[in-house]
Amino acid sequence: MTTNPALDAGWVDPPPRKGFFTDTSVCIGCKACEVACKEWNAVPDDGMNFLGSSYDNSGELGGSTWRHVKFIEQPPVDLGMPSTSLPGSEGTKSDFRWLMSSDVCKHCTHAACLDVCPTGALFRTEFGTVVVQEDVCNGCGYCVPACPFGVIDKRIGEGVKNEGLAQKCTLCYDRLHDGLTPACAKACPTESIQFGDLDELRERAALRVEQLHGAGVPQARLYGEDPDDGVGGLGAFFLLLDEPEVYGLPPDPVVTTRDLPQMWKRAGLAAATLLAGAIAVFGAGS
Amino acid sequence: MPSLGASFGRGGATTFLQDLQNSDCIVIQGSNMAECHPVGFQWVMEAKKRGARVIHIDPRFTRTSALADQHVPIRAGSDIAFLGGIVNHILSNDAYFDEYVRAYTNATFLVRDDFQDAEELDGLFSGYDEASASYDQTSWRYAGGEDDDGDAAGNTGHAHGEAHGSGGPTIDPRDIRTDPTMQHPRCVLQVLKRHYARYTPEIVAEVCGVPVEDFRKVCEAVVANSGRERTTCWVYSVGWTQHSTAIQYIRGSAIIQLLLGNMGRPGGGILALRGHASIQGSTDIPTLFNLLPGYLPMPKAADHETFDDYLAGIRDPHQKGFWGNADAYFISLMRAWYGEAATESSNWGLDFVPRISGDHGTYQTVLDMLDDKVEGYFLLGQNPAVGSAHGRLQRLGMAHLRWLVVRDLNMIESATFWKDGPEIETGELETTKIPTEVFFLPAASHVEKSGTFTQTQRLLQWHHKAVEPPGDCQSELDFFHVLGQKLKARYADSADPKDRAVQAVTWDYEKDAAGEIGDAVLREISGYGPDGLVSGYLDLKADGSTASGCWIYSGVYADGVNQSARRKPGQEQDWVAKEWGWAWPYNRRQLYNRASADPDGKPWSERKAYMQWDGEHWVGPDNVDFVKDRPPSYRADEGATGPAALNGDDPFVMQADGKGWLFAPSGLVDGPLPTHYEPAESPVDNALYRQQGNPTREVFRRKENPMQPSGSEPGADVFPYVFTTYRLTEHHTAGGMSRWLPYLSELQPEFFCEVSPAHAKERGLEHLGWATIVTARTAIEARVLVTDRVRPLQVGGRTIHQVGLPYHWGVGSNAVVSGDAANDLLGLALDPNVHIQESKVASCDIRPGRRPRGEALLRLVEEYRSRAGITIETGQQRLTRKRMAP
Repeated sequence: MTTNPALDAGWVDPPPRKGFFTDTSVCIGCKACEVACKEWNAVPDDGMNFLGSSYDNSGELGGSTWRHVKFIEQPPVDLGMPSTSLPGSEGTKSDFRWLMSSDVCKHCTHAACLDVCPTGALFRTEFGTVVVQEDVCNGCGYCVPACPFGVIDKRIGEGVKNEGLAQKCTLCYDRLHDGLTPACAKACPTESIQFGDLDELRERAALRVEQLHGAGVPQARLYGEDPDDGVGGLGAFFLLLDEPEVYGLPPDPVVTTRDLPQMWKRAGLAAATLLAGAIAVFGAGS
Repeated sequence: MPSLGASFGRGGATTFLQDLQNSDCIVIQGSNMAECHPVGFQWVMEAKKRGARVIHIDPRFTRTSALADQHVPIRAGSDIAFLGGIVNHILSNDAYFDEYVRAYTNATFLVRDDFQDAEELDGLFSGYDEASASYDQTSWRYAGGEDDDGDAAGNTGHAHGEAHGSGGPTIDPRDIRTDPTMQHPRCVLQVLKRHYARYTPEIVAEVCGVPVEDFRKVCEAVVANSGRERTTCWVYSVGWTQHSTAIQYIRGSAIIQLLLGNMGRPGGGILALRGHASIQGSTDIPTLFNLLPGYLPMPKAADHETFDDYLAGIRDPHQKGFWGNADAYFISLMRAWYGEAATESSNWGLDFVPRISGDHGTYQTVLDMLDDKVEGYFLLGQNPAVGSAHGRLQRLGMAHLRWLVVRDLNMIESATFWKDGPEIETGELETTKIPTEVFFLPAASHVEKSGTFTQTQRLLQWHHKAVEPPGDCQSELDFFHVLGQKLKARYADSADPKDRAVQAVTWDYEKDAAGEIGDAVLREISGYGPDGLVSGYLDLKADGSTASGCWIYSGVYADGVNQSARRKPGQEQDWVAKEWGWAWPYNRRQLYNRASADPDGKPWSERKAYMQWDGEHWVGPDNVDFVKDRPPSYRADEGATGPAALNGDDPFVMQADGKGWLFAPSGLVDGPLPTHYEPAESPVDNALYRQQGNPTREVFRRKENPMQPSGSEPGADVFPYVFTTYRLTEHHTAGGMSRWLPYLSELQPEFFCEVSPAHAKERGLEHLGWATIVTARTAIEARVLVTDRVRPLQVGGRTIHQVGLPYHWGVGSNAVVSGDAANDLLGLALDPNVHIQESKVASCDIRPGRRPRGEALLRLVEEYRSRAGITIETGQQRLTRKRMAP
């Protein structure tokens, strides 16, 4: 049993912490998660922009994109083995890889966005997830640079619903209340996005890694499952087939507010020193 | 459809998606399953989890390739050479499933001694007639009783290539000569060996651009994963069906699966994936000009004057199996449609059915429009201005109509071409001069009406109306019901004999509580007799006492229950899930499943056990696709016909001889065995024969349909690249259901082309820049996506570049996103069996920059045509005996 941030947030007898386990090894990049998320949460379109970033035209997570499928093309690497075939044959090269991965808010155990929110619009739910209340958010934007993953963002677009307010995945907070699976996980045809109790998902994920290693996929690894990492573990964690950087994920994320107490201490000390100096100079002269 | 029909007896996927989990190897070829069938693909992932090997053979590295164990890049249009290579590998290594092949296929049957193979005639089979570009198939028949009664039905000249959706082609199975040792030079196995002897790994490399070792890996995987203990499944979709040799592609996989003994067994079979919610349904109860429901052929003018003529034309009186009862199926259909008026005196209703006099398929009809032979046109869920080959021809044709009815969810390009189509911009059409009156009728969507879809695995699933259609939106069923009522009222008092059909048709469907007639229609389709609803087609009679709107669907309302509406959750039943929906025929999920047991009725192995004989009945998790209580040892009496003539080891119950056809002695108009021909437009010569393309393909020698030179013909180098068209997950076909939705449009907002880095360098194309793609038909522009997923191939000693073109966009002003239409590039060259267009491969040029606007576009295309020396004859010669000097 790991720490339950809902308990820390003061919930009495909360339900088990909920989360996502996204197994990218079975993602087919269909983007059903992106569409289901928008349909359920009435998130507006994010503009008609041809990015040509492989098959990705959503670009990144943002105020109007709460699920985002990344497409990473990895051309074959020449293994330098002696060629036995005609020139142009690919027989001596490693296989081409096209990695796909559905990214989402991580619902961190230690969530910096929550720490810095001055209005209390961001809050920790009884399910251990982090949710923005759109009717409380004032659009100050402090949460945006606070997120170590670049997830939360202010919604842009003239006249759109909640324009200028900070927006992100709610892990379908409303659906959880009714005992339903979040829209993205429900729509996923290959069970790449799995929803459930976080403890159980972590066990399942460990088994899956083991299975993949046994099946000759040594690159398989988990990301964000460790409660002892810099953010206390992620509520939405991943199985990746390469280094996190390949997927645009920070290799060693740290809650950006980790050093705040230290910083305040130092700032306080500096202020006290200044004050003492001022008194020494001006006070002594009076 | 006719390919699976001619091979096995029915034109439907032989297996079901859930059964993929039992496969030890899955070969996906001519299909981008993950992208176009993502929900069904979960079963491929399930198989993979259980250790199956997944192989994807496709010109492009797609989302399917990303999840496969092996991706084999192949030149578009060369699959028969690849499949033939596998057949050769199996035969030359004696790797076929000997006992299965002997018992369940026609391998031991002898072919007539006047049969000549493509090997002997340099790419032609015996019986070719140059003038009509068609075959007399007589010499393809089995050796045996063929001289007794002259021409068996369907065996002469132009057989009904389009039929055989449920009922194999007609032959007389009596007295077929066989050689159980399979050594006779004219036995099917030996014919097969000779035909494919030259399809070596080296030829596969030369024709397909697939390195020898990659090809060997595929051969070894499918052989190692077939036999008693293991099974392999083959999956295809429109990457195979849209070619001038499409039917023979599918035949190629049928031969492999029969040789390896994978048919009718768990984890085996051929999974034909259908591209829309009810495409299987649209041929079962057809939207085709040449078929009646249940794959009964349409009667033909001159040939089918009387009911007896018709019956003689569609079945052989001596044939085995359930097609032998075709008279009961037809008469029951006529009783459902015309009620009491369908009696012996009206030729059992045949007199009310129009006779067809030639090709009235969609492409011929468009050409007829250009010739002002067509007054009006209904478009129902179809957007030919974007989705059909040669879009310009489609739009020019529609501009000749007097009226056009478009029923669709959105104001699609086929409804607006007259004001904002590409030809308005080029000046070829002027809005004020187009006589066509266009009626746009808004359609109800699938959540706004009740009814069934018949999906990829022959499964009928009923869906309930969730909300009322808004405004004037109306379901198709409602629309046609009202239209029918109005027509009946209009012609009620007519004395004109041609109006008798309208007067006779029964149109009295009872409305349910919600005011809909779908339930009543489904009851009629299922059928009824003197005692009420029938339980299936075995109850149908040829005496007028029964009625059924589609014999293969008979039983969908058995026991007074809408079987298609059953939704028992998967967790509450076994994996076959027979209580979810209803599959034709008789709710059988795996077709030909008698073959899952050996000739004695025992499972081939414990691991692959499915149906078996328990001493009294066939038992297992499925409904047996056989006579329920017929023992394996049963031998039919001499002189028996129809179902009674099926022996206990005849698993292909719709086939005239009860066997799976390695060699098709009848039924396919372009040859008894798949043979590699180049596409109608190809940058290379046929490496195997002097015959370049399919010698029987349908061509249209008209100035509106210029075709390009191929191979070593002069001018072929003007169009040096191969292109292929396809779909993306994010959009639906011609875009009518996706380009109007912002959530889908934003995911793929612009038309793009996919090219390899080497190709981009050769032509100066820049990633995210623009490219113009040119064919003899037109030039279109697309954004450029340079990607390693497209690879240049070594074909015939040179590098061949392929261009990938998703075809979802069209030119108009009503959708959220629009763009040039890839299908505008295509010319018309059709498969001769089903009249389907070759839209998965053609040749083109590609150049950097946007296309010219207005009249300048026409000048650019004209300049290309003149540089390539294109005349009305170019690329239209079907018989090519002489190769151009190299």
